[in-house]
Amino acid sequence: MKKFFEIKELNVSIADKKVISGLNLSLDKGTVSTIMGKNGIGKSTLAYAIMGHPQYEVSGEVFLDGVEILSLPVHKRAQQGIFLGFQHPIEVPGVTVVKFLQQAYKALKGSIDYTEFQKSLTNWMDFLGIDKSFLYRYLNEGFSGGEKKKLETLQLLLFNPKLAILDEPDSGLDVDALKIVGEGIKKAKENGTTVLLITHYQKLLNFLEVDNVFVLNEGKIALEGDISLAEEIEKNGYDSVLSNA
Amino acid sequence: MADNKNNNELKSISEEYKYGFKTEEKYKFKSDKGLTEEIVRAISEFKKEPEWMLEFRLKAYRAFKKMPMPWWGNTELLATVDFDNIHYYIKPEKDHEKSWDDVPEEIKETFDKLGIPEVERKFLAGVTAQYESEVVYHSIKKEFEKLGIVFLDMDSAVKEYPELVKKYFGTVIPIHDNKFAALNSAVWSGGSFIYVPKGVKVETPLQAYFRINAQNMGQFERTLIIADEGSDVHYIEGCSAPVYSSDSLHAAVVEVIALKGARIRYSTIQNWSNNVYNLVTKRAVAYENATVEWVDGNIGAKFTMKYPAIFLKGEGAHAEVLSVALAGEGQHQDSGAKAFHLAPNTTSRIVSKSISKGTGRASYRGWIKVNKGMKNCKSDVKCDALIFGDKARSDTYPRMEVYEPTTKLTHEATVSKIQEDQLFYLMSRGLSEDEASTMIINGFFEPFTKELPMEYAVEFNRLVSLEMEGSIG
Repeated sequence: MKKFFEIKELNVSIADKKVISGLNLSLDKGTVSTIMGKNGIGKSTLAYAIMGHPQYEVSGEVFLDGVEILSLPVHKRAQQGIFLGFQHPIEVPGVTVVKFLQQAYKALKGSIDYTEFQKSLTNWMDFLGIDKSFLYRYLNEGFSGGEKKKLETLQLLLFNPKLAILDEPDSGLDVDALKIVGEGIKKAKENGTTVLLITHYQKLLNFLEVDNVFVLNEGKIALEGDISLAEEIEKNGYDSVLSNA
Repeated sequence: MADNKNNNELKSISEEYKYGFKTEEKYKFKSDKGLTEEIVRAISEFKKEPEWMLEFRLKAYRAFKKMPMPWWGNTELLATVDFDNIHYYIKPEKDHEKSWDDVPEEIKETFDKLGIPEVERKFLAGVTAQYESEVVYHSIKKEFEKLGIVFLDMDSAVKEYPELVKKYFGTVIPIHDNKFAALNSAVWSGGSFIYVPKGVKVETPLQAYFRINAQNMGQFERTLIIADEGSDVHYIEGCSAPVYSSDSLHAAVVEVIALKGARIRYSTIQNWSNNVYNLVTKRAVAYENATVEWVDGNIGAKFTMKYPAIFLKGEGAHAEVLSVALAGEGQHQDSGAKAFHLAPNTTSRIVSKSISKGTGRASYRGWIKVNKGMKNCKSDVKCDALIFGDKARSDTYPRMEVYEPTTKLTHEATVSKIQEDQLFYLMSRGLSEDEASTMIINGFFEPFTKELPMEYAVEFNRLVSLEMEGSIG
């Protein structure tokens, strides 16, 4: 049976340096999984390559819900239902948050019913405790780390993608903001989004009741397990866990 | 990655522009090519002008003959202006000489894409000089008359308000200012005249649209605005849809006077066809505690030279210039701003934004001057340029003359290409490359568009998207 999301023999290089080499990974629908690994091992590279950032040289196959996506341009991948939550969301001066959300919503859904959009937007902003004034600020410009991550989470809920790859949604957050972002991701899962999480923190994994833990090393998935694998890494460190495998 | 079809379409539109319209026209009055004293006299006589205006024109004519070409801007292009090959005054016999059928298909398509209403299309294509909002204009005119506001075409103002016109005409931009100001002074025709009485605040912007039939978009138009003490007015001219002209030289003069405590905002969007040399002299005088704001957008024309200026003559006066330019294939936009601080405690703020693409060239030319003894003046200048492609060019030529040590002056300039990370972020949210680029560009121009009334802003954004289609990647 075809998996909901499947990466087959993926290779990713940047400037002739191979970062991912023959990686295989699959996810079931509705699950929450995490990719762990040492700093600089290629977790973000994997996320960006799946989304289609032009700086990477990519080969292999990636299927989402039966559709091969590596042959598609970035925006078509998004329209297929892939969402990338940025670790460092990009500033776009002069573009208001509301205008951006509206246009993205329309692009992702194919059309926009403004009443529906308004309702959904208000609903999720209330849920995340985001003030209305937020909508009229310029996209990510001058946002604090917490505000940027909240806006990423708002998009996750508003766009309701099939698969969300979230690159360190918890980095740089204080306890309160972390709780809000965590609640948001949990809600996205309840709404049917499959989640692949890149994080360094145990806290978020426990909160989200993670189903699968993957450990990335030397360009491949070196280890796979459940939450206990993450706990073991937290306790003994990557080197020890990887060498005992 | 982007498809080139639209780009080629746009290119072919600009090719069309070069030739203008080939139509049979009959004229009531048409001067010979080239400029002579006889022609200047004939223009004045034809308009039945008072003696003083004829004298003004003749003086200007003599100055024009003697003056050299400007040394700034683009001297190569200026050298190609052939003054002997221009009709300086043409009065068509009828207004409806051109027909809609003569308008090239591509141009009609552009109007379609911009969603320009039918009546406006005909005007913009030069098919008609009438605009149906005349009725609207008349009711507004009544309101104005009650408040004592004068809003006329310049030709009528000379006849109906001779004292007022004589008092201010040519006082802000003297005949000898530059060769093109002299030329305009000699042969001017059309343009707007506005007088706002003491303390009157005009709530709705005065739009040149309403009186388009008064030859507003002439070749040598002349505009004069006087805001009396404590008054407030916003004047808007032009529109972002392309305006066709078979006349290749346009030299307008705009004089603005803000008396004590008055505020004037002058907004312009200009999109001349790509054969036009648009050489405009715009200057304002701001007296005590007055504010003058120039909001200026330039999209079309082969070559633009335009540097809205403000002379801050009274204490506490404030100047704002917000200028944007889009230099497409084969275009040179040489624009900028000038602020002369001639009184203490005066402030100026200049924001200039330009995009150049293809072989387009955008230059910022600015001049800030603070005279000695003019204490506590402040001036902030910010220039941002965005460049598409390897052949596009952007330059800044800031000139700062500060003779007063208490002055606070800042100058910031950035030149950038569109960022790959911005495109990627927006595309990861489902926007195509063209949509993402357009969003970034509209964001870049946002400080300008947010100052425009909504219908102008929407039209401007749409036009920019059209211009940028297929030019990325």
